[in-house]
Amino acid sequence: MDTVASFTIGYRRILDPDGRVVDALPEFAKDPAVLVDLYQRMSFTRVFDTKAVALQRTGKLGTYASCLGHEAAHIAIGVAMKPEDVFCPMYREYGAQFVRGVKPRHVLLYWGGDERGNDFTGPKHDLPWCVPIATQCLHAAGAALAFKLRHEPRVAVSVVGDGGSSKTDFYAAINSAGAFTLPYVGVIVNNQWAISVPRSAQTGAETLAQKGLAGGLQSLQVDGNDVIAMLAVMQEAIERARRGGGGSVIEAVTYRLSDHTTADDARRYRPDEEVKAAWEREPLKRLRKYLESLGAWDEAREQAWKEQCGREVDVEVNAYLETKSQPIEAIFDFLYAEAPHDIAAQRAQALAWEGRAHG
Amino acid sequence: MAEITLIEAVTQALAYELKHDPSVVVLGEDVGVNGGVFRATAGLHARFGSERIIDTPLDETSIAGLAVGMAFQGMKPVAEAQFDGFIYPMFDHIVCHAARMRNRTRGRLHCPMVLRAPWGGGIRAPEHHSEAPEALFAHIPGLRVVIPSSPARAYGLLLAAIRDPDPVIFFEPKRIYRQYKEEVPDDGEALPLDVCFVLRDGSDLTLVTWGAHVKETLEAADALAQEGIAAEVIDVATVKPLDFDTIHESVKKTGRCVIVHEAARSGGIGAEVAAQLAEKAMFDLVAPVERVTGYDTPMPLFRLEMKYLPSVDRILAAAKRTLAYR
Repeated sequence: MDTVASFTIGYRRILDPDGRVVDALPEFAKDPAVLVDLYQRMSFTRVFDTKAVALQRTGKLGTYASCLGHEAAHIAIGVAMKPEDVFCPMYREYGAQFVRGVKPRHVLLYWGGDERGNDFTGPKHDLPWCVPIATQCLHAAGAALAFKLRHEPRVAVSVVGDGGSSKTDFYAAINSAGAFTLPYVGVIVNNQWAISVPRSAQTGAETLAQKGLAGGLQSLQVDGNDVIAMLAVMQEAIERARRGGGGSVIEAVTYRLSDHTTADDARRYRPDEEVKAAWEREPLKRLRKYLESLGAWDEAREQAWKEQCGREVDVEVNAYLETKSQPIEAIFDFLYAEAPHDIAAQRAQALAWEGRAHG
Repeated sequence: MAEITLIEAVTQALAYELKHDPSVVVLGEDVGVNGGVFRATAGLHARFGSERIIDTPLDETSIAGLAVGMAFQGMKPVAEAQFDGFIYPMFDHIVCHAARMRNRTRGRLHCPMVLRAPWGGGIRAPEHHSEAPEALFAHIPGLRVVIPSSPARAYGLLLAAIRDPDPVIFFEPKRIYRQYKEEVPDDGEALPLDVCFVLRDGSDLTLVTWGAHVKETLEAADALAQEGIAAEVIDVATVKPLDFDTIHESVKKTGRCVIVHEAARSGGIGAEVAAQLAEKAMFDLVAPVERVTGYDTPMPLFRLEMKYLPSVDRILAAAKRTLAYR
């Protein structure tokens, strides 16, 4: 039998879990200041995440989806993108969004039960959090199609989980991205768990990255806990897409160190030893080790930075807690550009009822 | 001026908006060189090119999701579901995203898209090609659902749907795609959404319908007229949001109402009309409201489809029962 096509999936890792450089450093990574900035952003995200979980535990926030352990993948996505690119997240990519100018108060507003969280600071064309799994992949492909048709040098980036890569919409997105040669980068943040279902139960494929091959996309796997490798592959994929070279699928291999959300208890379904081992590979520790080996970071700077993050997060938390609920008419006022007669009538009813309730 | 069919009016409206609004694109299966399986996009690819008239991979989920993503970035996609029965994989994107993006982002993003689909039965089509799912979409907050019933209304309402800044589901009654021709000036004049059209005045009975069954309903009104009974015929046209005021004004005059639709009865738009009559027009009515509809079964394969669809005789029988009340 002849071979009509053959494929390989590459794996990229530059900084190993012990903070050792195991592959050629990309240019950006030769400047310690750049790496310190990446570290600080990752650290800030973790401080925020810890605070958000605490707010939920004390009844001040609704169900919250933690990003613990995903910081390298998320920060690299945010740093690799340009403001004019469009980001189509799932619902825990806060690190990427902070880089793009979203304020923590908006994350808290969203999980605190207020739609105004979706009207966030940052690029106005970015999509809000997307709970229906993987649907955002097609919206990113649609955005990329719009950019291509309008001849705009912009790229659409979506994020999906390992579970999300099983969905129709994920496959549909990579299929369209290939068929139309779209400026689309589909990141699979493979954190090994779709709530309680492990990666091994999602697919018989050896890698999730190889799903992109079926769509004709450049596809590879990267150590998602290594922010240097992650940023390198994101930059390459995004700029390739921007040049008209086509889309990519990037499988970022990481680990969900937290529960799925604060409504979940992962101890029910996964062994403590696995989580303990994952903590040895987590993204901040290795970068800190490397920075310390360069003399670019130390314990004093760590403490000072964490205190600064704590103060900044406190400002955001207070802004969130001080934001009053929307009036009832808000549920009607943004449904259509102009309220049709039936919505206008129901709005009046709701207001009248409020008047009675308070009178 | 040439007279055109309903499907030609669809093409004419698409061409007008493509010419006058560079953000409008048409996408779907076989909409390009082939011009659509019903010819709705005939000639558009040659005229506007493959960056405006886009053949997609064969996946309805993709068509809906791509259209939603394009609309969020400021384009005005007019997506086509090739048949009504293929629209269900699109539902997630329409319900969870198109319909509510403006609301859930407090106006930051919105979704100015149109989803067109040939709609309804009566053309001896294969299975899954003859459905009337308007109530499924009408139940979703944030959508408009529009069903034209004449060439002129297809042209004017489709223009309005494309220009509307919110998502519109546009169902085209395929049974009357080529039923008759009329003059439709290509003047870019839209018709209003959210209002019913009174097609025939009458003081004895109100007949409420939409889509292809405007044909049978008008025939029933003709038959009643020969007996000296004046039926008012209302084409709802926009089934969501429902212009109940126009129906109410008619019922105040007639005291009798028969609702005709080809979709299954339970939970159909007819139920909403009847419920609003019960809420707001109870004391204007002199007879119970009647519904003449498809049955609560799947649309049968085509040997039985004309027995499923409301006939002129079934409409007349309901009208007579209503008129028996004094």
